[in-house]
Amino acid sequence: MNTKNAPGACTAVQNGKPDATPVLEIQQALDSRDQDCLEHKAKLSVRELDFYYDKSQALFSISLDILRNKVTAFIGPSGCGKSTLLRCFNRIYEMYPKQRAEGEILLDSRNILGPGENLNLLRAKVGMVFQKPTPFPMSIYDNIAFGVKLYERLSRVEMDERVEWALKKAALWDEVKDKLTHIGTDISGGQQQRLCIARAIAIKPEILLLDEPASALDPISTLKIEELIAELKQEYTIVIVTHNMQQAARVSDYTGFLYLGKLIEYDETSTMFTRPRKKQTQDYITGRFG
Amino acid sequence: MQRLGNVGLYRRRRFVNSLVLIGSLGTTLFGLFWLGWLLWTLLGEGLQYLNLSIFYQATPPPGSNGGLGNAILGSIVLTVVGVLIGAPAGVLAGTYLSEFARESRAASVIRFVNDILLSAPSIILGVFVYEVVVIHMGHFSGFAGSLALALIALPIVVRTTEDMLRLVPNAVREAAAALGAPQWKVTIAIVFRAARSGILTGVLLAVARISGETAPLLFTALNNQFWSHSLNEPIANLPVVIFQFAMSPYEDWQHLAWAGAVLITLTILLINILVRLFLKTPKSRY
Repeated sequence: MNTKNAPGACTAVQNGKPDATPVLEIQQALDSRDQDCLEHKAKLSVRELDFYYDKSQALFSISLDILRNKVTAFIGPSGCGKSTLLRCFNRIYEMYPKQRAEGEILLDSRNILGPGENLNLLRAKVGMVFQKPTPFPMSIYDNIAFGVKLYERLSRVEMDERVEWALKKAALWDEVKDKLTHIGTDISGGQQQRLCIARAIAIKPEILLLDEPASALDPISTLKIEELIAELKQEYTIVIVTHNMQQAARVSDYTGFLYLGKLIEYDETSTMFTRPRKKQTQDYITGRFG
Repeated sequence: MQRLGNVGLYRRRRFVNSLVLIGSLGTTLFGLFWLGWLLWTLLGEGLQYLNLSIFYQATPPPGSNGGLGNAILGSIVLTVVGVLIGAPAGVLAGTYLSEFARESRAASVIRFVNDILLSAPSIILGVFVYEVVVIHMGHFSGFAGSLALALIALPIVVRTTEDMLRLVPNAVREAAAALGAPQWKVTIAIVFRAARSGILTGVLLAVARISGETAPLLFTALNNQFWSHSLNEPIANLPVVIFQFAMSPYEDWQHLAWAGAVLITLTILLINILVRLFLKTPKSRY
């Protein structure tokens, strides 16, 4: 739906909480610029999110909205918590018993941090691609079929179609169509990473989390991944964590800058990289620290 | 040379280097020497008595012709049954330690106990099974022997399985979990697959270890002069036959003992070569 044509719906945002949370600031800033309605476009709403690795706190009261069908990038120096934040969105941190998150993350206004949340179903909805390519030790075909089989019963023909569809989406089909039976580790690193993206897309998630997806790749593979991101945002909400500020500037619509576990600034990418409001952001972007 | 600085210092370094090199070479040769001697004697004495009838004739009374057929069969039965009991339990326990218990307190206790079991003298395991099984059954049996061997195989398999599973990077587990796969599915479909050659190696090492065990079988399977494959009665087996025949005063028995020793050694060698081959096969590169 296009909320730009429905300005009346925006009134809901105006009566937010009266305290001066960063969300409100951002909302007001964004609202004043264009009369978009965040509540309607937000796919993920993070509210007062704290995160702990055992006893040490890694995220401090993060609040922000991630918009539907946009690419949102998180930047910041190593250890600032950007990957940690990403790992909250599919609760993959739950694999490690000493890690925990407090606060709220609303996915289509449903709190996914709640106790009743089915993690497997959540992860089927929120796909993730990691820094290092992680092909499974099986054929390229099975790498993709593995995830699909978890939640769908497809005939052989339907599965063939799904595999082809996913590989085409990930711009990998032409390179691997003749070696679908080869083991997934047989192809190059850039191809492996696109295989991982295809694998994530194949189960038709709504959100795609990319954790530094190109940092282990050569420039050409990086370019392919970036083109892919631009292509995929038509259908998915994409959140990307990157070390590379140019990459954030190239691929994202919104950018969040994190530093020492706090969200320093969050705005449209074009604004962030040209007129940042905070000095810290400016220093980081211009390379004065980090 | 001048520009390299202190020539004396350089000479000293070369001297120390050759000293260490000679020392390590010497100790290696010391170890290999005994192994070589052992194999030389074994093959020199034993190979001449290896012939086809060894494999199909039963152990003879002194003074008549015979072979080791019943002992070979018994050893195979004992080892196979022992591994069939020990290996699945070991793989499951290793999986529990690596994938589920991880760093928990229970895991470290189990790991510690497993290490004790791993280094326990095998004769103690034999006596234990004697007390628990043989006495209650009222007679020695192949089953008791297999059980004793299983107890020896178990900690080896637990240890190697856990070690091999831990070699699978967490990133792979996360990637599978991120697709929405439940943990059991991640473990069976992804982690096991990535570690399968390592797990198989552990099982083969356990086979190699228990195929030469003698002490626990003395208290459990005992021995049998005749063909027997029933697990419910005493069963012939190579290690105990070697023990008995080698100590006997009869020369033909001693010859058979040599032949049996060669057989066991070659089998273990073969298994170890197989292990090498398994580990060499192109694993997935992580």
